[in-house]
Parts: sequence; C-alpha cells; structure tokens
Amino acid sequence: MMGFCADPATVEGVKWWMCYLTTNTHISFYKSFLVVLALLALTAPLAMLLGFAGALARRSGIFPVSLIGHTYTSMVRGVPDIVFFLFIPIAMDQAFELTRHKILCPEVIGPVYQGNDFVVCTAAKLPLSTADAWVHTTYGFFLAAFGFAIVFGAFAANTIDGALSAVPKAQLETAAAYGMTKRQTFWQIHLPQMWGFALPGLSNLWMILVKATPLLFLLGVEDVVYWAGALGKTKTAAYFDYPHGDWRLGYFAMLLVFYLFVTWVSENFLSRMQAKFNTGQATIGGKKLPQGIAR
Amino acid sequence: MSCLQTISDYALRSIGIGKRLLPVEDITLCEQFVLIGSGMIWNVYYAVLALFAGFFFATAIALAKASNNRLLSVPAKVFIFVFRGSPLFIQFFLAYEAFVFLPKLGMDIDLGFMTITAETRWLTKAWLGGLVVLFLNTSAYSAEIFYGAYNSVPKGDIEAADAYGMQGFAKFRRVIWPTMLRLSWPSYTNEAIFLYHATALIFVSSFPAWRQMGDAMYYARYFAQKTFNPFVCYPIIAGYFIVGTLTLIYVFGIINRRLNKHLDPEIRSQLKLRPNFMR
Repeated sequence: MMGFCADPATVEGVKWWMCYLTTNTHISFYKSFLVVLALLALTAPLAMLLGFAGALARRSGIFPVSLIGHTYTSMVRGVPDIVFFLFIPIAMDQAFELTRHKILCPEVIGPVYQGNDFVVCTAAKLPLSTADAWVHTTYGFFLAAFGFAIVFGAFAANTIDGALSAVPKAQLETAAAYGMTKRQTFWQIHLPQMWGFALPGLSNLWMILVKATPLLFLLGVEDVVYWAGALGKTKTAAYFDYPHGDWRLGYFAMLLVFYLFVTWVSENFLSRMQAKFNTGQATIGGKKLPQGIAR
Repeated sequence: MSCLQTISDYALRSIGIGKRLLPVEDITLCEQFVLIGSGMIWNVYYAVLALFAGFFFATAIALAKASNNRLLSVPAKVFIFVFRGSPLFIQFFLAYEAFVFLPKLGMDIDLGFMTITAETRWLTKAWLGGLVVLFLNTSAYSAEIFYGAYNSVPKGDIEAADAYGMQGFAKFRRVIWPTMLRLSWPSYTNEAIFLYHATALIFVSSFPAWRQMGDAMYYARYFAQKTFNPFVCYPIIAGYFIVGTLTLIYVFGIINRRLNKHLDPEIRSQLKLRPNFMR
C-alpha cells in the first residue's frame, strides 16, 4: 500500500483507484488467480497419469483389471461432471475420516451415520479442529484437485484409449516383423505415434479443464469467483474505507477476460504442438507440414 | 407417510404444485427420489427449450461465420469465441449481474387475442435468465459444429444444385442444409448431451431458486447438506441424468436414421453411442 492511502477518505481520482486496487482484499483476489493456475498445474499431470492408467487397464488382458478400466472410463459418460465434483470431495473426506476413526479411536462403538449426522471422534477429524485456518483451506483445495483429477482422468483415459486404437495396425505389424518384443513395440512405435491422434482430444480436454476451474467455488475454495463476488458487493461508507456501488458486473467481466485470454494462449500453443506431432504422419495434417514449419 | 403420499405431495413441487415445506428430519429414500425427480422437470425444460431455439440460431450464426461479408462473419466469430472460450459458470454469474442492472422496464406484446406483458425483471429469474444464457451458449457451440459441417459439404453437391438451376434459399434448404445436418449430427448429439448436463449448473451458480423451487441439483445439494450423506442423493441424481442422456441419444438416433434414410443401411453410419467429450 502506498503512503498516501493512509486516509482513504481524502484521496480521489487516479490515486483513489491506485489505493483501491491495492487493498489487502484485492491482493487476495490477485492471489486467487494463482490458485486457479495451481489447480491446473496440479490436476493436468495427475489426470494424465490416471488417464494412462485407465486406458492401459481397459486394454489389459486380465479380466478384473480391464473391468476396473471399463468402469472408470464409462463412469463419466452419462453423468454431469459437476455431480462428481460435488460428490468426490465429500466422499473422499468421509472415507479418510472413517478410516482414521477406525484406527485412532477403536473404542468408540456405534454407527458413524447416526440418522442425519456423520459422526466421528474428535481425534479422527480431518483436519483437526485445532489446526490453523490455512490447513483447512489447503486440505479443501487438495480434495477439490483430486476430484478434478479423477473426473478428467476418466475423460483422458477415453481419449488415450481411442488414440491407441487409432494408430495404424500396419505400423505395429511391421514392428513385430522386425522382431521387436511387445514391450519394445509399445514404447518405441505405439506410444510415440499415439500422441498425434490423442492431441486433438487432449487439447479439448485441457480447454474443458480450464473452463471447469470456476467450479472450485462450489467446493468452498476461496477462488476467483468467491473474491469477485465478495469485492464487487455494494460497500457502504459506514463500514468500508472505499465505498462503492454494486460492481460485481465489472469483476465478473474481468474473470471473463481472464478466461478468454487463457483460452487464446492455449489455442495458439496447442496448434503449434499439433503441427509438431503431425510431422511425418501420413495424414492430411502431416502433408501440410512445410507451411507448419514456416510458421 | 407412505411413498404414494410422498409422490402426491412432492412430485410437482419444483413447479409449485403440492406441499411447500421440504422434509427436514427423517428424510426417507422415497422423498429423495421424488424431490430430485421433481427438480428434473426444470433440467428437461431448460435442455429442450435451449436446444430447440439454439438449433435455429446456431444455423444462422454458422452461415454468418461462413459468409464472405465481413460485417457478418466478424461478429459471428467474436460471438463464438466469447461463448466457447469462457466458462459457462462465469457466463451465468455475469449474465445474472447484468440482468439485475437492466432497467425494470415493462413491454406489452399484443398478440391480437391477448396481451402479454414482458418485463425485464423476469430475466433475473432462473426460468428465463438461465434459459437465455444456456441458449446463447449452446448456439455458439452448435454454430461451430455446423460451421465445420458447412465447410465439409462436398463441392459436387453444390455444383449439381447449380446445374439444376437452384439458387439462394432453395439451394440451401434442399441441398446444403440436409448434408450439413447429416455431417454434423454425431457431434451435435454430443453437444446436446453436454447442454443437458450443463443445466445442472443453473441453480448452483448465481440464479436464486425461488421458494426453494429448484432443479434436481438443488434438491440433491439440499439433501447432501441435511443428511451429511452424499452416497444416496448424488447416485440418485446421477441415475436420473443417465436415464435422460439415454433418452436423448435414442431421440437423436431416430433423427439420424431419418437424415440418412436414403443410404444403404450397410453404409449408413451408425450414430456413435459413445460420445467423445469434445466441448
């Protein structure tokens, strides 16, 4: 905060804006954009890992494994993702607490679901009621991130599975004819070629993931939506240093611009990646290559 | 209270018919089923109306984007970019705040036999405001799908139409449009499924539920908060959505068969029952 902001009632014009936009709550608002980016940075690799595991499990020759893979990949098909976003964090939270309850206080007998309540002993609460506020926030954030990763992992598994099937059979047969083992074929022929087919789907998935991040708000994380709503509310002169009317429209417009910008950057980056992966493929995209490089 | 009693009390609660008071204690499985199903009426209402209106608007936008006239193509491109590039969730918030700011105007629409008063304050209610946002959103997504299909219409078809002396609207209506629909139908089915799922967002975002008359998600959340047990209400709403999705796929499959009925059933591309998650 700048020095002249000490008495907000006296500043006006540009100075007022400079003071207003650097209040502590505004700093938290700016930081919440980092929360969104952190969520993306954490969820994307995790979802890719789960996606790979799901796709490989689905294609496995062992029946129970492929059954798990099939269940996982089809779970997202008919149900809105938001149902999972709301369900998975609560379910995981209760699963953790239930496990801790069984281990930490075995002496407490009686059902955990008592009528309309979910009761575990105090020692099993997660995070402990004595913990700092930031522990609660971080815990909530990680639960949310896991929820996202599980749902998007299922999406990614579908895409990767489709891409693995799309690699021309002749390529794999040639590899076998050269005497490559199954493992060699998978790692050196199948997987590298899969990317070109998977990228359009994965790009789309990334876009969906970016656009799903405001749903964090529903999980109680203090994200951009929370702060935009809180900061935009009408502030009366009696209680606030910087009184203003209902500015939520402006704050939400800012979020819209932020998301449009992220979309725009991602689109440019991903189309470059696509050109790179198309290199040498016998597809229309691959034939277009010379222009792709020049760009 | 028997389950039949619950059904007669709550089956139409979400549209204001039946008992006002929601169950607070000793919530039964039947009550959860009935109330969440009752909320589903709203989800179906949003999906059907937004899809129906969006279909025509999307066709117009797609043609505008493909137009050589920059006055048409640039606004269409901007519209599509804004609605596809930003989260629907944020669009709901933004639209709600914008609608609140609209002047409280009333407008009389004379239908000849009766007069309807359209007021802007209705836009702040979910039934209209949410519908408008969903309509614009699905229009943008569908327009992009239709635009892609429009560009893939085989040149030969258009040359054949020209050779027959077809022009303007006749050419579009009889040659381009049917092929466009045929090509885009699998993706459009996907979009319809996504839109249906997106209806779950309306009441959990910014639009307030009036007199606790919300959609399925609203009641599911209500039960999750009241019973602290997400393992009942969320699977119920998931079940309802799966049934709805399957119905939607079935209906769109019928239309797909009709669109392609001139083709040999052997060649006729089956509508993919496995939607890919492209949105």
